[in-house]
Amino acid sequence: MKGTNLGEFEELVLLTIAALASEAYSVAICDELEKHTGRAAKLGVVHAVLNRLEEKGLAKSFLGEATSARGGKRKRYYEVTQAGKMALVNAREIREGLWRIIPELNLGGAV
Amino acid sequence: MSTAPTPPRNAQRLLEWYCRPELAEDLQGDLYEFFERNLQRRGLRYARFIYWIDVLKFIRLYTLRVPNFYSFFTYTIMFNSYFKTSRRSLVRNKLFSAINIIGLSISMSVGLLMISFLSDLLSYDDFHEKKNRIYRINTSLQPTGQPSIELASGSVLAGKKIQETFPNVEQVTLLRRGFGGDAKVNETTLPLGGLWADASFFKVFTFPLLSGNPATALKNPYTIVLPEKTAQKLFGDTDVLGKSIRFDTTEYTITGVMKDIPKLSHLRFDALVSFASIELQKPDFDGGFMNWGNVFSNYTYVLLPENSSLKTLQANLDKLCLSENKQLKNQQIQLNPQSLNGITIGNRLENASGPTMNQITIWILAGLVLVVILSACFNYTNLSIARSLRRAREVGVRKIVGAFKEHVLLQFITESVLISLMALLLAFVLFLVLRAQFLGLAPQLTELVSLELSPKIILYFVGLSALVGIAAGFLPALFFARIKAIQVLKDASSVPLFRRVNLRKALIVVQYTFSLIFITTTILGYNQYKHFIVFNLGFSTENILNINLKGNKSEILRKELAEIPSLTDISTSRLVTSLGSVYGTMIKYQQPDDSSNIAQNYVDERYLPLHGHQLLAGQHFTPRAKSEESSEVIVNEQVIKRFNIGGGHPTKAIGEQIKTLDGKKFTIIAVVKDFHYRTVEHRIEPFVFFYSPNEGNLNLKINSKDLPATMAQIEAVWKRIDKVHPLDARFYDDQIEEAYRQFSVIVKVIGFLAFLAVCIASLGLFGMVVFTTETKLKEISIRKVLGANEPSLVYFLSKGFLGLLVLSAAIALPSTYLLFDKLVLTQFTYHQPIHFWELTVGFWSVLALAVVLIGSQTLKAARTNPANVLKNE
Repeated sequence: MKGTNLGEFEELVLLTIAALASEAYSVAICDELEKHTGRAAKLGVVHAVLNRLEEKGLAKSFLGEATSARGGKRKRYYEVTQAGKMALVNAREIREGLWRIIPELNLGGAV
Repeated sequence: MSTAPTPPRNAQRLLEWYCRPELAEDLQGDLYEFFERNLQRRGLRYARFIYWIDVLKFIRLYTLRVPNFYSFFTYTIMFNSYFKTSRRSLVRNKLFSAINIIGLSISMSVGLLMISFLSDLLSYDDFHEKKNRIYRINTSLQPTGQPSIELASGSVLAGKKIQETFPNVEQVTLLRRGFGGDAKVNETTLPLGGLWADASFFKVFTFPLLSGNPATALKNPYTIVLPEKTAQKLFGDTDVLGKSIRFDTTEYTITGVMKDIPKLSHLRFDALVSFASIELQKPDFDGGFMNWGNVFSNYTYVLLPENSSLKTLQANLDKLCLSENKQLKNQQIQLNPQSLNGITIGNRLENASGPTMNQITIWILAGLVLVVILSACFNYTNLSIARSLRRAREVGVRKIVGAFKEHVLLQFITESVLISLMALLLAFVLFLVLRAQFLGLAPQLTELVSLELSPKIILYFVGLSALVGIAAGFLPALFFARIKAIQVLKDASSVPLFRRVNLRKALIVVQYTFSLIFITTTILGYNQYKHFIVFNLGFSTENILNINLKGNKSEILRKELAEIPSLTDISTSRLVTSLGSVYGTMIKYQQPDDSSNIAQNYVDERYLPLHGHQLLAGQHFTPRAKSEESSEVIVNEQVIKRFNIGGGHPTKAIGEQIKTLDGKKFTIIAVVKDFHYRTVEHRIEPFVFFYSPNEGNLNLKINSKDLPATMAQIEAVWKRIDKVHPLDARFYDDQIEEAYRQFSVIVKVIGFLAFLAVCIASLGLFGMVVFTTETKLKEISIRKVLGANEPSLVYFLSKGFLGLLVLSAAIALPSTYLLFDKLVLTQFTYHQPIHFWELTVGFWSVLALAVVLIGSQTLKAARTNPANVLKNE
């Protein structure tokens, strides 16, 4: 069932891709993740996850135009596929469904 | 390129090499961005470092390039084609193929010898099942203020303590050397030498018993275990359990017959006698049997349990020494475990059982062999690159038809490996010849190794040959792989044929430098060796025959020998000096606490005059019967200097008394001129002669016109007196030559390698000269047409090569001189100075050989008719 399951970090990366829209390439994704989670996102980890997402068909990528920056190397841009969007919505629904059946969550005391 | 700092190039290359092409570009871009960030924050060095780390971190399954099986597939299909072109090129260039194959096979044959030698040494004691857990307890005896003595042996006490009190040892076995004598069974008498061993012997070592119970065989006193061979010799049969053997007056019962000891074993014996027998006899001849300080005759072997650490054992040994050392005065004992596989290849220890081979010697030999092999590889490399013009077209066509770089690379490496395998066949034949020669160099070598072939060894041989092929062919292959197809096909002469001239020159210089170092070393070493054996030892060894008495009484033999007219004089001595071994005793003069270990010999009154020792003062020993105790002593000059007897003046020292440790007093009756009682590399130290009319060696001074007849007479006398032992009589001069055998072996081995190195280097040089004159034939012809004469042409062609030779000499000769002057000869106190001619004679002969090689070829070229060359345009 490789196609549909989303790991936590995979979900975060996929969300970031969606959030960055047309600027989603590996380094930018790392920076964005770091900004939102407050944790350092290593390129190696993110790169591996991006590769996996693409393999699962949740994201797709294409090479951009060459510029003089980055030593003349092109960027690989990512975007969320239809299947990716569905997986994100699905994950969110599962989560909200669970939240709804928790009787009384006392946030004040627990955190 | 801009001047902006860039990521490390090699890291980028590595990334490109391993990464899938579709992932590589953007990954490189990503890393570049991080590189720039790091560059701004932490500087260039840090940024480059992180870049490297990142590149390495990205080596993961999903980034790795899928190996190109397709490429490998093509290679196997193309193999036939490669083979065909290789064969054609080999046949076409017969001279160069011959040079390559002969050079490689000569050099590989010594490589093969080295491999089988090393493999024998490394498989010593491999037959013991528990070999990885067996340790010998070595002793380091440290007299205060003197260098320590490293012994393989140890005290009985230490062995017993380890056996009884140590936790964490599975088995301990005690051995003792020195069992020996004439074994008598009915009418058969056979001299045997062996070891005493206790009951655990067969639990530690793997010597399978054919009959008898290994657990009890060596338990009781006066029991003996024989190897098959001994049993066969004594009884003509191996089914001898329960029979008895008599040594002197003692009967021993055979409780076991074991399989013969494998050749590669450091423990060697004709018989094993139970340790309980020696315990009953308590031989106190060399100090108390159970003394802590009596560390000279016993061996302790420990079998550690699995997974136990050596540290615990060492700690326990240290603890034992700490408590027992309190008994000792003026010396300390330290015990160290040594693993079984370190015994044969290890430092030489005193009292070591079995042969040992010094690690440094092995490294040096292996290094020399490697140099010879590399030299042959250089020839191949040089000649292949030089002659690349012809093959370049072939490579060009291959590339146009679709060969990749790696195909060409593989093609040429395959070719060189094939050639090397061909050379292996020849090398193997040479190896068989060399092996016999090598083993014949010294009896010690036959004892040390057998150099037998086994499938494993053959596999190593093939491996060596493949490695040599790769080493020789790699540079040429790389050269071919980089050839640009279009350039070659458009204009073949544009191949950068002479671009690698510097590399080739460098290789030639390296070859010749090593050849010269070898040959000069041989000459220097040989002269020193000659010097040692004719060295003036300070006494005469001429026409002296030494007979080892083998326990016979000297008087009877002496009386009988005196009848032989050509024996002018006979003396007796305990030790034949100057052959390497020395015995010493502690001696002091007037100061009670100033004692010194002084070398000694026991001789009779005829010994000193017979050997032509020169007395500086005093007179010779007075003859005494055996029963009379002698209190006379003759000392050398060093003794009176050491103790400052009579102010160091020989005449004043006469009549003074010295004491041995047990309190006996000896009067100095003469001072003998210093002489070399050890081998010449040692400094002359104090030495004393004690008087004794009856010792183990007879020294006969022979003055005979008919030596064989005299020898026959002596032999006849011996046969009458001793029917068991063969006569052991050797001329003193021969014995001295034998004492320096190791030098002569080393000189011969290095000399042989030098010969090979020179041959191989000359072959290579010859090839290069042939090639150069061939390519320059047109130039020579034009020069000739324009008026150059033959000598000037020969000079023009050969000056480059001669220059290289002179350069090699400029490197080799001073370094050899320094090596000998500062390193080798400092080991020998009484060496000869290095002569200038010794240094240069090797160079002149190599130069002469080179001049002949170069001259013949260049002269041939210079004599060609220019018209013939120039008309085939």
